[in-house]
Amino acid sequence: MTTIKTGIGRRSFLKSSALAGGGLLLSFSWLGGCNPSPKEALSLPKEWFELNGYLKIGENGLVTIMSPNPEIGQNVKTSMPMLVAEELDVDWKNVIVEQAPLNTNVFTRQLAGGSQSIRQGWKSLRMAGATARRMLREAAAKSWNVPLDEVTTEASMLYHKGSGKSASYGEMASAAASITVPKEVELKNNKDFTIIGTSKNNVDGKSIVTGKPLYGLDYKKEGMLIAMMVQPPGFGMKLKSVDDSQARSMPGIKDIFTINTYKDDYARQWCDVDAFNDLVVVVGNTTWEVMNARKALKLEWEQFKDHDISSSSFSGDKVSIKVPGGLENSTRHALLMNEYAAKPGKVVRKDGNPDAAFSKAAKVIERSYSAPFLAHNTMEPMNFFAHVTADKAELVGPIQTPEFMEKSVAARLGLPLEKVDIQMTRQGGGFGRRLYGHFLVEAAVISQKVNAPVKLIYTREDDMSNGVYRPAYHALYRAALDADNNLIAFHVKAGGIPESPLFADRFPAGAVENYIAEEWSAPSNISVGAFRAPRSNFIAGAEQSFLDEVAEAAGKDPIQFRLDLLDRAIKNPVGEKNDYEPKRYAGVLELVKTKSNWGVDTPNVFRGVSAYFCHDSYVAHVIDLVMENDKPRVQKVHCAVDCGIVVNPVAAINLVEGGSVDGIGHAMYSGLTFTNGAPDQSNYHQYRLIRHREAPREIDVHFVKSDVDPTGLGEPPFPPVMGALANALYKASGKRHYQQPFITEGVKRG
Amino acid sequence: MATFNLTVNGKKQELNVDPSTPLLWVLRDHLNLVGTKFGCGMAQCGACTIHLDGKAVRSCILPVSAVGDQEVTTIEGLSENGDHPVQNAWLEHDVPQCGYCQAGQIMSAVALLKENPTPTDEQIENTMSGNICRCGTYTRIKAAIKTASKTINA
Ligand code: FES
Ligand code: FES
Repeated sequence: MTTIKTGIGRRSFLKSSALAGGGLLLSFSWLGGCNPSPKEALSLPKEWFELNGYLKIGENGLVTIMSPNPEIGQNVKTSMPMLVAEELDVDWKNVIVEQAPLNTNVFTRQLAGGSQSIRQGWKSLRMAGATARRMLREAAAKSWNVPLDEVTTEASMLYHKGSGKSASYGEMASAAASITVPKEVELKNNKDFTIIGTSKNNVDGKSIVTGKPLYGLDYKKEGMLIAMMVQPPGFGMKLKSVDDSQARSMPGIKDIFTINTYKDDYARQWCDVDAFNDLVVVVGNTTWEVMNARKALKLEWEQFKDHDISSSSFSGDKVSIKVPGGLENSTRHALLMNEYAAKPGKVVRKDGNPDAAFSKAAKVIERSYSAPFLAHNTMEPMNFFAHVTADKAELVGPIQTPEFMEKSVAARLGLPLEKVDIQMTRQGGGFGRRLYGHFLVEAAVISQKVNAPVKLIYTREDDMSNGVYRPAYHALYRAALDADNNLIAFHVKAGGIPESPLFADRFPAGAVENYIAEEWSAPSNISVGAFRAPRSNFIAGAEQSFLDEVAEAAGKDPIQFRLDLLDRAIKNPVGEKNDYEPKRYAGVLELVKTKSNWGVDTPNVFRGVSAYFCHDSYVAHVIDLVMENDKPRVQKVHCAVDCGIVVNPVAAINLVEGGSVDGIGHAMYSGLTFTNGAPDQSNYHQYRLIRHREAPREIDVHFVKSDVDPTGLGEPPFPPVMGALANALYKASGKRHYQQPFITEGVKRG
Repeated sequence: MATFNLTVNGKKQELNVDPSTPLLWVLRDHLNLVGTKFGCGMAQCGACTIHLDGKAVRSCILPVSAVGDQEVTTIEGLSENGDHPVQNAWLEHDVPQCGYCQAGQIMSAVALLKENPTPTDEQIENTMSGNICRCGTYTRIKAAIKTASKTINA
């Protein structure tokens, strides 16, 4: 048993008792019942007793658990409350889950990003449950007049063996609410888990399949107006003039005006990235009326000049971002990437003497890889509700960074932080796009201007053309083999427009005697940001394709080749700061090897393998590819994952399946190109996303059994599958793929 | 502006809107039925799928004036208690991730099973390829459709 101080969340308990009585709770998207069968569900209690900010218990035994973090499809709304429920020892069928509001006094890290929600909440959420359980036990001990350590719990019940006494949590809730919050509590041993590690279906499942209003776009309020914005047709452009004379008089239109999202003298936070700061806004009664009026606007645009934006990095350092003027083109980008790759980059890591090793090599293999810009394309386009009055701002919608955006909104409106309230809805996908909440600020500014509640909606075209893309990337690799086909030197030079994808300290760093990693970046005015597994989402596929080619040149089996390198990193690592555990890395490769029956060939099935580490987790894929009517189709994906303890297997498997499909889809079909600053693709007839008939027929997911605290899962299954796909495609066609997307047919440009 | 009499989920609705308004926005903005989703607005993603006389239709490109007296069914009206065999199968397989595409997926699946109660894998894949799932839940969607097919034919 681990004893932990409740001090981490002390603040939250003090705060929550002050708010006891329900001031903390909101009713939007209320009642995600965990109980699949409504017949057995408890009805709502007459009275709630709040034991801390994370949970309250009704007199009838129903328990409400708050899910603190934004739900973007990564299933935290089910799996985070499971951690609370585990330590509370509650019967899951008596639990209902509510999305917590943004409240930094009660909750820590209300953010969806970096695959960190479960990892970071692992202790605090369990502590919340354990604290409440302890208070219930104390209340029982007091009322039965028995020693505390003789009071046990199981599935929402309290027991005292000696006297035969028992009580339900509901019966003891009122007494427990007046017990002093303990200074420290014990957490269960992993082996005693009854909820963690068991599959619990999505708490919003029933609401989703019956079409209940759950998402930001579904939010409504009395008197609410609809707003849409018009942005420049391309990057490098800004607004010159507006003629709204015709649009203004169209039916249902309330107002048309221009806004600046962020003021010029505002020092932006890292998540204040946007593409276009001057927008034309149309506000009206209904979506269709606003869409029509938008088309009747006569707008002129002009090019902007080089300028600087003052901002800060994720760690808070002040930075000045140079935004070059000019209209960019993908053809030019391709040339630019080759130019940079031909020049020396910035050396980030160097082990041994790579130059000498390359010059005495028996064989040198050199290959270059590239990938285009990607738009996140969450199925629910960007949107947000705002109601700003003289002294407060109320915002509702889908956002991955509510904690940060609260500050941006407050600064923009000139309101104190506590006057800005953000409620999180369920989100129709995130993938990193909703880390950048300029649309909250836009909605707030619009609401303030029209003095009414407003919902800002982006169309698909607005969304896809609105930037904050995954950068375009390039990587050049070189490997040196000696006469015995040993890998004696490895060189990577990676860069991007406008950011480098390099992780210099990841595998194969640490496994090769002579190693050099360089990086470069080329300026651009196309705005970029995090996209599911940032940087890894390119470099994993490139590196894993390259290693496949090196293994082939060395005449070795691709899995054995990697395992030999990892063996070196385990026994005698090169360098000190290697950013991975080679044992766990090898572990997923071994597991996928066994589970896929690697080495046993099936006629007309072509296989590729890859493995990668990111977000503290390890994933290996084997892809079985078949050719049908000259087209590749993934027959099966075998996937091995080490993400520590698996909290909710059914959802974890879903995420791994989804990440694999997503990786195959993007590597195979997706990309955003530019002509004169404007994206060539603006909707799904031009931007290709993977569809059902292109998806793998079967996906087999295997987890490494582990006692390690949970690590990331939303992102890690995404990057490596691209390498496995490229390697399987090579086996099928004899052709190596160096440029994503691998298939450009059906992709329309311009 | 013109007056339209629609039958939505078995209920008569009278409304006064621009005849070019897509049924999607009539449902979402005027009738407060927000289960039908907006994804692309150009019949490319399937998020807005509804039934017209039982057939799957993309409501984002269907002007309200073209509905006439055909019965409109949305996800909200698919079953009284949310227990249509397809909805049940979706829950059993825990299909949704973000869930945003799923109303459209379910409406397409129900129409498919109505026309062809025992579809092959290939028929499922082809019919369902009009519905994009950005989260990549395709293998579960297929499994859920097969489960629903078994229930329906039992
Ligand atoms: S919104 Fe109608 S098909 Fe995409
Ligand atoms: S579940 Fe997210 S788009 Fe399908």
